[in-house]
Amino acid sequence: MSVNVNVTQEEEQNVAGEHPKPVLQGSDVFIQSLQNEGVEMLFGYPGGAVLPIYDALYKNPIPHILARHEQGAIHAAEGYARVSGKTGVVIATSGPGATNLVTGIADAMMDSLPLVVFTGQVASAVIGTDAFQEADIVGITQPITKHNYQVKRVEDLPRIIHEAFHIASTGRPGPVLVDIPKDISNEVFTSAEIKATELNLPGYQPTTSPNFLQIQKVAQALQRAHKPLILAGAGILHSKASESFVKFVENTGVPVTNTLLGLGSIPGDHPQFLGMAGMHGTFTANMAICEADLLINIGARFDDRLTGNLEHFAPNATVVHIDIDPAEIGKNVHTDIPIVADAKEAIDSLLRLEMNKLAIEPWTTHLTKSKAEYPLVYSNESKKMLPQEVIELVHKHTKGNAIVTTDVGQHQMWAAQFYRFNHPDHWVTSGGLGTMGFGFPAAIGAQIAKPDQTVVSITGDGGFQMTLQELSLLQESQIPVKVIILNNQCLGMVRQWQETFYDKRYSESLMPSQPDFVKLAEAYNIEGYKVENYHDADELFKKVFSSNKPALIDCRVEQMENVYPMVAPGKGLHEMIGVKG
Amino acid sequence: MKRVITTTVINQSGVLNRVTGLLMKRQFNIESITVGHTEKAGISKMTFVVHVEDQRKLEQLLKQLQKQIDVLKVNDITDKAIVTRELALIKVLSPPGVRSEINSIIEPFRATVIDMSKNVITVQVTGDPGKIEAFIDLLKPYGIKELTRTGATAFVRETQKAPAQQLSIL
Ligand SMILES: Cc1ncc(C[n+]2csc(CCOP(=O)(O)OP(=O)(O)O)c2C)c(N)n1
Repeated sequence: MSVNVNVTQEEEQNVAGEHPKPVLQGSDVFIQSLQNEGVEMLFGYPGGAVLPIYDALYKNPIPHILARHEQGAIHAAEGYARVSGKTGVVIATSGPGATNLVTGIADAMMDSLPLVVFTGQVASAVIGTDAFQEADIVGITQPITKHNYQVKRVEDLPRIIHEAFHIASTGRPGPVLVDIPKDISNEVFTSAEIKATELNLPGYQPTTSPNFLQIQKVAQALQRAHKPLILAGAGILHSKASESFVKFVENTGVPVTNTLLGLGSIPGDHPQFLGMAGMHGTFTANMAICEADLLINIGARFDDRLTGNLEHFAPNATVVHIDIDPAEIGKNVHTDIPIVADAKEAIDSLLRLEMNKLAIEPWTTHLTKSKAEYPLVYSNESKKMLPQEVIELVHKHTKGNAIVTTDVGQHQMWAAQFYRFNHPDHWVTSGGLGTMGFGFPAAIGAQIAKPDQTVVSITGDGGFQMTLQELSLLQESQIPVKVIILNNQCLGMVRQWQETFYDKRYSESLMPSQPDFVKLAEAYNIEGYKVENYHDADELFKKVFSSNKPALIDCRVEQMENVYPMVAPGKGLHEMIGVKG
Repeated sequence: MKRVITTTVINQSGVLNRVTGLLMKRQFNIESITVGHTEKAGISKMTFVVHVEDQRKLEQLLKQLQKQIDVLKVNDITDKAIVTRELALIKVLSPPGVRSEINSIIEPFRATVIDMSKNVITVQVTGDPGKIEAFIDLLKPYGIKELTRTGATAFVRETQKAPAQQLSIL
């Protein structure tokens, strides 16, 4: 009896639309619109309000990954978008399905990832009545989307979908949500034209071409500078500008530092690369920011984890800021030469300018010396394996060519510091929102985008447990992601802050009780291993990285290891602690 | 500093929420907001009076507003020659003994009495917000029962004195 009641409740709205099968319904138009946009992969999870859409998908399939939680679906879509440059597409049902996406939407907004997120909604007639599985997802996501829509008429569906993909992927990329009431999916579509070509977006015209006078000013500033420095952010990656960028860097001889998300825009072992800057950046990169007389920021947003205390940030520098989003310019740091443009277009126009050789040799010599004198180091006093060693082993066995995703915490910083990337778009991490649970599903999405590449999910024992249900996908969809858990049996980054700033009061940050990760892997039908020392890890990685099967490796590492060097919160970049060893 | 900002928006459902939500998210303090249709179908205009700390915050506000997909145009008209109008309805106690005294206040403000009962009159006044402020202050001693204000709406005058300051990159 009660089972029956449940079913009718879920199916109620569907029954209404069951009279003579119409030729084309909203849901069919939906699928066709996605095909028109060239969508090759969907990440989703079904439910009542999207049943018509899933039914249309059954008849007219687009490859679909059935995640085991909507959050897993959207993080996978983010990973897919980051490495492929394509728009990630997500589908979830109304109410809880939609709210489960919220973290991923906020994450994509912060890190400028192109996503189009479709949510089912209760039928138009009952919106606003607290109907079963109703949530105001348009209201909820308004501050965390680039734009969002609720479809009110089936005729609008093709245009809205076309606009959503356009908005998500152009200008500064970001997530766009489209909320589709169930009756719209069921409704008969009578318009002749399914393929929308028109955009009705008079308020959206991103500037992509730089102002030439401003570009000339940059060239002039470069000619005058004695201590120029480039800060390269993810904007370079989003605009596929790495090749031009490296050419520009080499032509001018200017040293480069990266933001966390900009890693890979220049090869990690490039002689002009000073390493990442910011809270856990290298000493040389941070000191270069402090000493520079010209700072050229390309595609980074001067986030507080990068700048440290703004009062002490780049105190001597003329600041150039190239960003596609005008609102980022001048938001945190005063800018002398603002340029609103796509990074690639700006770099290409810089490349076209004739410039004399820069007279910056004392500066570059000084920095090269500093790099040699203050490398990123760790010292192994304990008998235990160190997390940094594990990262270096991953690097060794993948030759710096793997796509690496991380979660959030210490392991993320160690991966950023010690996995030197040879290529752009091989680094997938949650920067702006710092979302635990991001890394593993993101690796799945990355692997789907790049089936022939090695994808490594470097994760913490804490964050992995937030989305590990997606292990189901590895076997099911033949996804050979290698999961490397840097298992310190604690919430390492929290523990480190408690050690440093709270007098070692480890409040709720130690996790001595854990699942047996090897058995867990076996339960999901994939290979699971546990390693406790460097030598075994070396042997095991050799085997695992030459196999094309998924694997999970529980790497037991020293619990008390800290990420250094560090700029304490509120301090300036010149005040680094733990610089040596 | 107090700024008067107008935005032209596409009259899409949720656009008011989007704009006020943005101001809240970015921690701007709205003093008043008015919205209404314009001469073009489907296009509305909002006028806000906001408090911002400094020039940089103001620039952020304008850029963040401009970034909204449904926002067509953003103008800070504070430093231009503008006309600003607001309407207020005020219920004030006015027993027969003081009625003529109140009338003598109403007159110079060109306010009108639009409702009357034994002891209470309702007055309507329009003008720039400063004038309305002054009018309310004068009526206060008689006992204001109820008060409602529309918030300011504004126009740039056809003839401007000097070109207004431009933001460097907008
Ligand atoms: C969803 C979420 N909750 C809480 C936090 C706060 N936080 C940041 S790092 C961290 C510890 C992460 O521990 P673990 O995943 O084991 O990685 P480790 O730092 O040990 O490498 C926590 C709790 C967060 N970033 N995200």
